[in-house]
Amino acid sequence: MSIQLSLDGVNRSFDGFKAINDLSLTVEKGELRAIIGPNGAGKTTMMDIITGKTRPDEGEVLWNQTVDLTRTDEAGSARLGIGRKFQKPTVFETHTVEDNIALSLKDDRSVWATLFDRKTAEQEARISEVLELVKLDGDRARLAADLSHGQKQWLEIGMLLAQDPELLLVDEPAAGMTDAETMRTAELLRDIAGQHTVIVVEHDMEFVRALDCRVTVLHQGHVLAEGSLDHVSANEQVIEVYLGR
Amino acid sequence: MGLIDRRMGIFLTGLFILTVAVPAGNLWMEGQPVPSYIVSLLGKYLCYALLAVALDLVWGFTGILSLGHGAFFALGGYAMGMHLMREIGDRGVYANPELPDFMVFLNYQELPWFWYGFDQFWFACLMVLLVPGALAFVFGWFAFRSRVTGVYLSIITQAMTYALMLAFFRNEMGFGGNNGLTDFKDVLGFDLQSDSTRAGLFVLSAIALAGGLLLARAITTSKLGQVLVCIRDAEDRTRFLGYRVEGYKLFVWVVSAMMAGVAGALYTPQVGIINPGEFSPANSIEIVIWVALGGRGTLVGAAIGAIIVAAAKTLLTGWFPEIWLFALGALFIFVTIFMPKGVLGVIEGALAKRPKPQPDGKEAEV
Amino acid sequence: MTIFRQCLAALFCCLATLASAQSFEELVAQLPEGKFAERAAVVAQLGALGDPRAVPVLEVLLEGNLHVLKSNEAIVAVREVGSDDVAYDALTGEEFGIIPRRGSSKIRVNNGLRRDIRAAIGTLTLRAPDPALRLAAADAAFRAPNPDQLELLQSVRSDESDSEVAEALDYAIAATVLESDLPDEAQVAAIDTLREMGNQDALSVLTPLLQATNPVMAAAAKDAVAAIEANQRLWNMAQNVWFGLSLGSVLLLAAIGLAITFGVMGVINMAHGELVMLGAYTTFAVQEVIRASFPGLFDWSLLIAAPLAFLIAGGVGVAIERGCVRFLYGRPLETLLATWGISLILQQTVRSIFGPNNREVGNPSWMSGAFDIGQMTITYNRLWILLFSLAVFAILLFVMKKTSMGLRMRAVTQNRAMAANMGIRTGWVDALTFGLGAGIAGLAGVALSQIDNVSPNLGQSYIVDSFMVVVFGGAGNLWGTLAAAFSLGIANKFLEPWTGAVLAKILVLVFIILFIQKRPRGLFAVKGRAVEN
Repeated sequence: MSIQLSLDGVNRSFDGFKAINDLSLTVEKGELRAIIGPNGAGKTTMMDIITGKTRPDEGEVLWNQTVDLTRTDEAGSARLGIGRKFQKPTVFETHTVEDNIALSLKDDRSVWATLFDRKTAEQEARISEVLELVKLDGDRARLAADLSHGQKQWLEIGMLLAQDPELLLVDEPAAGMTDAETMRTAELLRDIAGQHTVIVVEHDMEFVRALDCRVTVLHQGHVLAEGSLDHVSANEQVIEVYLGR
Repeated sequence: MGLIDRRMGIFLTGLFILTVAVPAGNLWMEGQPVPSYIVSLLGKYLCYALLAVALDLVWGFTGILSLGHGAFFALGGYAMGMHLMREIGDRGVYANPELPDFMVFLNYQELPWFWYGFDQFWFACLMVLLVPGALAFVFGWFAFRSRVTGVYLSIITQAMTYALMLAFFRNEMGFGGNNGLTDFKDVLGFDLQSDSTRAGLFVLSAIALAGGLLLARAITTSKLGQVLVCIRDAEDRTRFLGYRVEGYKLFVWVVSAMMAGVAGALYTPQVGIINPGEFSPANSIEIVIWVALGGRGTLVGAAIGAIIVAAAKTLLTGWFPEIWLFALGALFIFVTIFMPKGVLGVIEGALAKRPKPQPDGKEAEV
Repeated sequence: MTIFRQCLAALFCCLATLASAQSFEELVAQLPEGKFAERAAVVAQLGALGDPRAVPVLEVLLEGNLHVLKSNEAIVAVREVGSDDVAYDALTGEEFGIIPRRGSSKIRVNNGLRRDIRAAIGTLTLRAPDPALRLAAADAAFRAPNPDQLELLQSVRSDESDSEVAEALDYAIAATVLESDLPDEAQVAAIDTLREMGNQDALSVLTPLLQATNPVMAAAAKDAVAAIEANQRLWNMAQNVWFGLSLGSVLLLAAIGLAITFGVMGVINMAHGELVMLGAYTTFAVQEVIRASFPGLFDWSLLIAAPLAFLIAGGVGVAIERGCVRFLYGRPLETLLATWGISLILQQTVRSIFGPNNREVGNPSWMSGAFDIGQMTITYNRLWILLFSLAVFAILLFVMKKTSMGLRMRAVTQNRAMAANMGIRTGWVDALTFGLGAGIAGLAGVALSQIDNVSPNLGQSYIVDSFMVVVFGGAGNLWGTLAAAFSLGIANKFLEPWTGAVLAKILVLVFIILFIQKRPRGLFAVKGRAVEN
């Protein structure tokens, strides 16, 4: 297996506060990885660094072992094949559900291409496929703003799927979902893994358990422990800072 | 989502009727039911409407609130004004074949280099597009690349037009200083004072407005237009989908500036003067209220809003000059608080049997 | 003849008032008599006498206009008015009337006597009891150096007790030495003295010496001129810094209220300039009332106007917040438009009440005038405004950082929901914060009324500038606003000599526009993830 993403000795501070402190992390292609950690552990900043939203002060972030991710911006990282789902569901509220998916489809993103773009039959089919997968095919003509919170979560996951990225960064997908939906999300993410690499940031331990994957524990911007959920749950430091508070 | 939807169809029909009726009533009908000054006045309103459409393109659809669109309008107006000044030739007060009157008055010995070429009509037309476009490109390239957004962007657009106003007030700039450019005689050999020329300019303005509306409509109904709305509603999300937001903003910003330039170019010959006052920040903010009143993000609404406010200004300043600023001020407050979707939103809301709920976009539940 | 009677009367009058100085009158009476040498002695005695009233008499004599009336031997000044000769009292300039041709004889002077007269006048004024007169005389001697006066100047200098006059005398002596044929050492010493004087006047004396044939002199002059010019550059810079600080204080005043509403609350208040204008009109109204009813209180007018302006502008601010802005929180662009509407209404209201023209707001006595530090001039009104702006800044800083009100304001702006949960009435805190910003705008108006035209458009001219200051300094940072105001003020004033005022302003605007591209959050931005999201 080859390495999809590697972070090596990454540091980033805000006004003297070290959000990321000598963080090193490797994720392999097709892997499903859960990242847990208390508030302020640096999870979101880590995602920001991977997607080019934030530049690290020092350290190396490599994509497919070759591309330097510290030099790309958000759009650049998306074009490389990194998809990101925000903690707070963010969809285009004044567009219809269908258009949200259509705008996310893998396609030429240049200004001229979009100006003269016409939807192909192939794209139509792909849209329907994604909508079915996230169970929104009945709502395709509705405005995204009119969806419930859970539906928006699903829509955003659908947008991510439509993007067909190599790596999915998923920030707390289970927030605001019912138990059944949470389980379905876990199932979906497990299904995607394999063809895609998936990194999930999550608080909900039930959800992490359902993902049944390798777990990385972050604390104060640094990797505290890594391994199976049972393995890290047994780690005394982890219990001290996170589980056993 | 055709190019011409219902509201666009109604508006263009109305505009067409006006375009036929006004010149007819002025030039050919018995007793001249449409006086000449009304023709120029309506022509001016149509220029404002085009300017409002230009602003709606960036504000209504992309979320960039420009408080400096008057600058692009004025630059277009000055480009045309410079041509009209050269057209005067030796018929000026000082009868200098080369230099406009104000230059003779200010002791210029020769034409400044940036006036070269403006004796050619085609060159002036090109500059009407290029000068506002170039300013918009440079300004936008810096601003969007460094992600200046929201009120910060609004404030620096205001600073831009303010700086230009100060600059154009200086005599040393070579644009006629305080007095601007005026005393035009004719354009392409047509006397600007004659009724037929005025009617012609009016028709041209109507065509430009229709063209501007259709162009804006074509842009906003394309996938690019959808991306613009994405940028307006969730800029970060758009970036993470792989769209280079700055490129999209720059495109629509430059197109909008050029449209504003065309509006200015048609405005100058109909009003007969262009001066630095057009750059004043207050003028640019007034454009925003046209769009807000008509209904932002509707294009047609922006044009209607411009015409309503401009007509109200003409009438009120004529009847009770004291009242006008009170009315305008109250309009700003009323529209922003009580009519966020503008006149068009209210009318269409009333017409629709079951109005669709359209939450305001950004607020997501917590 | 009535004229002669009048002349006599005047003379008697003089005699009566000069009872203690009889000899002055006697000396004047002796002027027409004797040979030039004898009269020169009389002139010298007049000079030595030290009576200042000899000065006008001697001046008239110097002009050759002192006459003796044939009829009564009164001594008068005679000037031709049209074709008539008119007699004046030589002492007071009071007109006596037309005298007949040949009714008087002129007291003649020759070059020798003229020199003596000048010396006597110099002595008289240089020894005048009033230091201001002595200073003027010393300056006059500097401007028209006369080697013959050198000894006189030196003797006066040794007796002079006022340090300012003594200094002026030193310069006069130096300038006189340079005109004389004294040896090189003395001349070089004089050049050194002028070098210490170090101003434009010294330069005008020294510059011709650069062409001197004497190489020692030319070299010394060259050194001195270079030193003075360097010195002047320094003073120029200091003066520019002062102008810059002054402009900065105006910017600070205009922007500081905005730093609260925009910087702390995040509300774009386009009516801010109009609140400044309200403060200025409050000052005008207070002064009108004082002028009409309590003229004695005029010097207190600003102190009375300041709290009133704070309350009026602050009250209008609270009304704006409660009546409009609070419906638009979280929608900054809409806030901008609505407050612009308010600004139009306020403008027109003031225009309807007070009229469209500039209103006259006076300076109290303690704010008029100026004083010099070295070669720079500082006007009192600018100085007071600088101090006032700093005081307002300090008070504001104190309110925000040290009082419970400030704590609440910061709590609400940082986390509204949490603050509400802790029992803070966020609505009132918003209103009061906005009111505070508005009240400070009113205070700014009181100060600006002293240096700017008070018209309904007053606010418009400050709105762009003050937003620039807040944005440049970094919204949410009061110290940033302070630094931005003064650095922009000084930058503006340093550009002005090269570019002119308008272009300097344009350049500063362009600079800020470019700067915001580079650092969108201003000079002293609050950094961090929380802000970026």
